[in-house]
Amino acid sequence: MHGDRGGGPMSEMSGSGVAVSVAGTAGAGGGIHWGAVTTLWWREIIRFLRQRSRVTGAFAQPLVFWLLLGGGINASFRAPEALESGGYMAYFFPGVIAMVLLFTAIFATIAVVEDRQGGFLQGVLVAPVSRLSIVLGQALGCTTLAVVQGLLFLLLAPLVGFSLTAAGALVGFAVMTLVAFALANLGLIIAWRMDSTQGFHAVMNLLLLPMWILSGAFFPAAGAAGWLRWVMTINPMTYGVTALRRSFYIGGAVPPEVATLPAMWLALAVTILFAAVMFAAAVATVRRSVA
Amino acid sequence: MATTAIQVIELTHRYGERSALAGVSFTVPAGEIFGLLGPNGSGKTTMFRILSTLLRPTSGEVRVFGADLRNDPEGVRRSFGVVFQRPSVDAKLSVMENLRHHGRLYGIGGRELAARCDEMLERFGLADRGGDRVETLSGGLQRRVELAKGLLHKPRLLLLDEPSTGLDPGARREFMRHLVDLRDRDGVTILLTTHQMEEAERCDRVGIMNEGQLLRVDTPLSLVASVGGDVVVVHAENPTALEARIREKFQVEPVAVDGVLRIERARGHEFVRDVVEAFPGEVKTITFGKPTLEDAFIHVTGRRLWESGEEATG
Repeated sequence: MHGDRGGGPMSEMSGSGVAVSVAGTAGAGGGIHWGAVTTLWWREIIRFLRQRSRVTGAFAQPLVFWLLLGGGINASFRAPEALESGGYMAYFFPGVIAMVLLFTAIFATIAVVEDRQGGFLQGVLVAPVSRLSIVLGQALGCTTLAVVQGLLFLLLAPLVGFSLTAAGALVGFAVMTLVAFALANLGLIIAWRMDSTQGFHAVMNLLLLPMWILSGAFFPAAGAAGWLRWVMTINPMTYGVTALRRSFYIGGAVPPEVATLPAMWLALAVTILFAAVMFAAAVATVRRSVA
Repeated sequence: MATTAIQVIELTHRYGERSALAGVSFTVPAGEIFGLLGPNGSGKTTMFRILSTLLRPTSGEVRVFGADLRNDPEGVRRSFGVVFQRPSVDAKLSVMENLRHHGRLYGIGGRELAARCDEMLERFGLADRGGDRVETLSGGLQRRVELAKGLLHKPRLLLLDEPSTGLDPGARREFMRHLVDLRDRDGVTILLTTHQMEEAERCDRVGIMNEGQLLRVDTPLSLVASVGGDVVVVHAENPTALEARIREKFQVEPVAVDGVLRIERARGHEFVRDVVEAFPGEVKTITFGKPTLEDAFIHVTGRRLWESGEEATG
C-alpha cells in the first residue's frame, strides 16, 4: 500500500535501476521492525568490543568484588552452620553473577544517556520504526553483553565446589537472560528520563545498588531484621537471584539456606513478570519522550 | 510539478509559559531549497524539531507530502531524511558501518543496501574512507557522512539543522554545492535552518524568523531589493545623540544596532557627504554600500543576526 511512494526522486536518477520502496520494507504501525532491532542490537555489541577499557572492566570488576569482598567476609566471620557447605564464597557466587548483570545494565544506561546527548539517538528516532523496536534492540544488545559476561563468570563455579548439571546450566542461562533483560529495560527507563550522567549516581546508589544488596545476593533474608526482610520480599531482584541460586542445585542436594528461599516456580514467575513489566514500561517511556 | 512538500499552518509551540512559536504558516513546494534564517532563540530550532517529529507542537498543522504530522508521524518519517546539527553518526563505527546501520533502520538490506552504500560513498567522495572509523575523519568529511546517511534511503525531502556548523568556509561552500546538486539532479526538496548569510543566499527562498514569528518569506534577491536604496553605516563617538540629530535633520529613521547607526537611503554617496558636513567631528567612520541579505534581515527585524560574541558558535 506504500508502493506508490517509490524510492523517492533520487532512485529515478541514480541509474541503479533498483527502486525498492523504502516505505514498503520498513513496515508501518507499532509492530516489530526486525531490521531495526538487529542493527541496534549489533551496534551495542560492536561498541562494547571497541572500548577496551569497558571489556577489561566488565570482567575484572566482578572478579575483584568476589575475591575481595567474598574472601574478606569468609575469613573474618564464622559463617553459620547452615552455610558450611561451600562457605561464604559459594553463597556469594550467584550474587556476583547478579552484580555482573546489574553493572552491565548500568553501563548500558550511561551509554544511552550519552547517545541522547550526542545526536545518535535522534537519528534513530526520526526513522520510520516503532518505538518498541528501538527499545527491543537496545535491551537485547545490553542483555547479550550481560549474559555473555555472566556465563564467563559461571566458568569459575567449580572453584567453589559447584558441579552444575546440564539442566542447571540451561535454567541458569535462562534466568540470567531474563534478569539481564529486566535490568536493561530498567536502565533504559532511567536513561530516557535523565538528561545527564550526573544524576545517574544518585539513582545508582539509591535504587540500583540497594536492589542488588537486598536481593539475597549478599546475605540471606532469613537472618535479616524484620523491615529488611520485608523489603527483600517485595524486591523483584530477590526472585531473580533465588532462581539463579536454585539453578545451581538442580539435580543435586539442596543445602538448608537455599531450601528456605522462595520456590523455584515462584522465583521464575516473578522474574518473567519483572522482565515483561520493565519492557512495557521502557516502551511507554520512549513513546512519551519524543527526543 | 506543483507538488507541495511542506505545509505548515498556524503552528504554535509553548515551553510552559514561554512561547517559542507564535502562529507560523508557510508552504514549501517540491524541488525548492528553503532556508529558515534567524538568530538563536528565534524559534527556528523549535520549528526544526517539530518538522523532524521530535517535538509535538502545541497547536497547528504540519503536512509533509500530504502526510499529517500528528496522525501519521511514521508516514512523515518515511518521506524525509534528517541531518542534525549534532552528529548522528556513531564515531566508533566505520563510515560503511554507519551507512549500513542506517539502511537497516529503514528496512533496506542485502544487495540493495550494499549498492546504495557504494553509491553514497562514491557520490560524496568517501569511497576510499569507507572502512575508516568516523572519529578519524575531519569535520568536513564527517558532515558529508551525515549527508550520505540522510540520503541513503532516498528521501524526497531533506531537513538540515544549521548544516555548516563547525565547518571552515571551504567545506561550507562545498557542502552547499552538494545541496544544490541534490535539488538539480534529484529533485530533492531541502529545508535548512541557518544563521549564516552565505548559506541563506544559496537558498531559493528564505523565511526570516524572529521571536517566534515568521516575518517574511521571499527570494534572497527580493529581500535585498526590499531595502530602500543604499545602506549607510555610521560609527560615532556618541551614537545616541547622533541618531536623534540625524533623524531631525534628514527626516530618516536610523536603526541603532550594537552602537552603530544604519540608514537606508537612495543615493548613499550624497548622504555620506551631507552627514559628514553637517556633523563634523562626530562621525568616526562612515561607509555605504549596496544592501546585502544581512541588511535585509536588519530591515525586517530591526536587529542583527548575531549578537556580539555569538560569532564563535557559527
